[in-house]
Amino acid sequence: MARGTVKIEEDRCKGCELCTTICPQGVLHIARDHFNARGYRPVQLMDPLGRCTGCALCAQICPDVVLTVYRFDPKRV
Amino acid sequence: MAKELWKGNEAIAEAAIRGGVEAFFGYPITPQTELLEYMAARMPQLGRAFLQAESEVASINMVYGAACGGARAMTSSSSPGISLMQEGLSYIAGSEVPAVLVDIMRGGPGLGNIQPSQSDYFQVTRSAGHGDFHPIVLAPATVQEAVDLMYEAFPLAEKYRTIVILAADGSLGQMMEPAEMPPMRPPLSEAERGAWAVRGAAGRAKRIITSLFLQEEELEALNLRLQAKLKRIAEAEQRWEEVATDDAEFLLVAFGTVGRTCKTVVREARQQGLRVGLYRPISLWPFPWPRLRALAGQVRGILVAEMNAGQMLEDVRLAVENRCPVRFHGRMGGVMLLPDEILAALQAMIAELRHSPLAVAAETR
Amino acid sequence: MSDTLVPTAEEIIAQGNVVYRRPDALSDAWTHYCPGCTHGIIHRLIAEAIDELGIQEKTILVAPVGCSVLMYHYFNVDAVEAAHGRAPAMATGLKRTQPDKVVFTYQGDGDLAAIGTAEIIHAANRGEQITVFFVNNAVYGMTSGQMAPTTLPGMVTTSSPDGRDVRMHGYPIRMAEVIAGLPGACYVVRRSVYDARTIRQAKKAVLTAFKTQLAGLGFSMVEFLSSCPTNWHMTPPDALKWIRDTMVPYFPLGDFKVADEVKAWT
Repeated sequence: MARGTVKIEEDRCKGCELCTTICPQGVLHIARDHFNARGYRPVQLMDPLGRCTGCALCAQICPDVVLTVYRFDPKRV
Repeated sequence: MAKELWKGNEAIAEAAIRGGVEAFFGYPITPQTELLEYMAARMPQLGRAFLQAESEVASINMVYGAACGGARAMTSSSSPGISLMQEGLSYIAGSEVPAVLVDIMRGGPGLGNIQPSQSDYFQVTRSAGHGDFHPIVLAPATVQEAVDLMYEAFPLAEKYRTIVILAADGSLGQMMEPAEMPPMRPPLSEAERGAWAVRGAAGRAKRIITSLFLQEEELEALNLRLQAKLKRIAEAEQRWEEVATDDAEFLLVAFGTVGRTCKTVVREARQQGLRVGLYRPISLWPFPWPRLRALAGQVRGILVAEMNAGQMLEDVRLAVENRCPVRFHGRMGGVMLLPDEILAALQAMIAELRHSPLAVAAETR
Repeated sequence: MSDTLVPTAEEIIAQGNVVYRRPDALSDAWTHYCPGCTHGIIHRLIAEAIDELGIQEKTILVAPVGCSVLMYHYFNVDAVEAAHGRAPAMATGLKRTQPDKVVFTYQGDGDLAAIGTAEIIHAANRGEQITVFFVNNAVYGMTSGQMAPTTLPGMVTTSSPDGRDVRMHGYPIRMAEVIAGLPGACYVVRRSVYDARTIRQAKKAVLTAFKTQLAGLGFSMVEFLSSCPTNWHMTPPDALKWIRDTMVPYFPLGDFKVADEVKAWT
């Protein structure tokens, strides 16, 4: 099963929530406990069960190129 | 090159071609349409870009686009079309790309008529668009002079990264006169194109050409740069012609074909024993005021003759600064000025002022 | 490596198999666009296409007047700033004097469908070898939400406070259909970016449009149904739904002109 993760450039995020609505695994959430340097509540990856598949839909819909998406390639182990 | 008989509009077009124009975008409007038609035939023959645009608005913006890419681009029009181009000219000025424009002036305001006029003087010299700038404006009096000035236009525009406007009236565009064409300039090499030109960022950082500077400090800096440039142009690019000014007691000031008509007036006045000279500005901007100011100290009166309500008149008054009276004779609505009526106005002024002292701070109207 | 079943996030990143990162043609400048504005998505798709086609060094972009007036800061290509509506004329001047470059314009509702209607129609009619990206969000964004030629009937804007009255203001213009009706147009389509499927289709259209220009086939235009969360007074996710539910019925997605030579890529 594919495994993926994302790196989030928090200070680029404008908290628009488009990625949180598109993520099929529901692992992206808007932070409730802090703001970024520009005063927005940024998106965070909350994936304790490792559900992210690296599908990159979040990156496809993000208007601000906040997310870099990685996918684990088992053949490269 | 031998002298040949040329129609003004076509001579200007051929001179621009010899001068190196690479792209012409224009729209028909009387009395300059022959320029467009000449370009339509010649430019494709030479493998250069020609397009009849959908309007003067589109024309000037096509010129702007091509000029941003470092191409030698020009358009031509007449008074109502020049009005349409003001927006584009302002953008071109603000982004400091070189461009060339020909205005064959006709009667206005509004749709006016198609007869010759000089009533675009304010429009082209004050700025030709919103904001603080002045294009270089050159006003020929003969077809040959139009050819010579047109040939210089691109190097001049590129030297300062500014707009050069050749301002003639409809009679010059339509008349046929002998003229000699200059040699064909070789095409620009890639290296000769401006280091600011947008030609694809291959192996270098990107370039942006814009007239938008949202921070007021940046826009002020641009404007200071433009003003400094205008100062350099004003110091180096004044052009004029003087006739019989050495011992003149009275001075005629006129530009374009009216300046040419005034040469006849000077001759006739001199035959009547009147010591009259002519000062003919060739650069309307930068207006050649220092020499005119000096002459104003030498004469008892100045008569400005124009085909308008008195536009260059204001620049003459500014130059003269009350050193002597300034009078005006003009016709509007496309009516041409004939030597007889200028002479009559001159004689009236001389009768009034012949006993005036020189260089007195008299009222000027 | 812990075990073959579940690598940790750190291990995944360490392996370095990146499946999405910023395109080279997009600069890393932080954009001034509102949160959730679809300009960001569309800019990104265009930049991805420029990268994939390898044309960054010969592309020239013509920026409009509108929210995207500063887009030249967001792309790593040569750029010029056009007067409002005049981008197709500037693009014509550029392409006719530098036919080997890829020239594209990017324009909003006012720029293309109001003040610039003459310029876009004639550029398309002449079959200018340029690509036009038309961002249709049914409102004037930069000037804070006035009615646009594309505003829907009944839609409330700051200059139609009682809703667009078609008796007074006419109906919205469907520009893709208008332009597609011109013989000079070669590839004219309408797409959107409101979900994963439409974003993928929009990306494909951007590539096809550029390929049309690269092959010297003629004029290409992609209209994108886009959102303006701020002036629609909606959240970004709701704004995307509004495109799907309210804009698409009036502005259908689809292909309005696809020249035969272009069909191979669609």
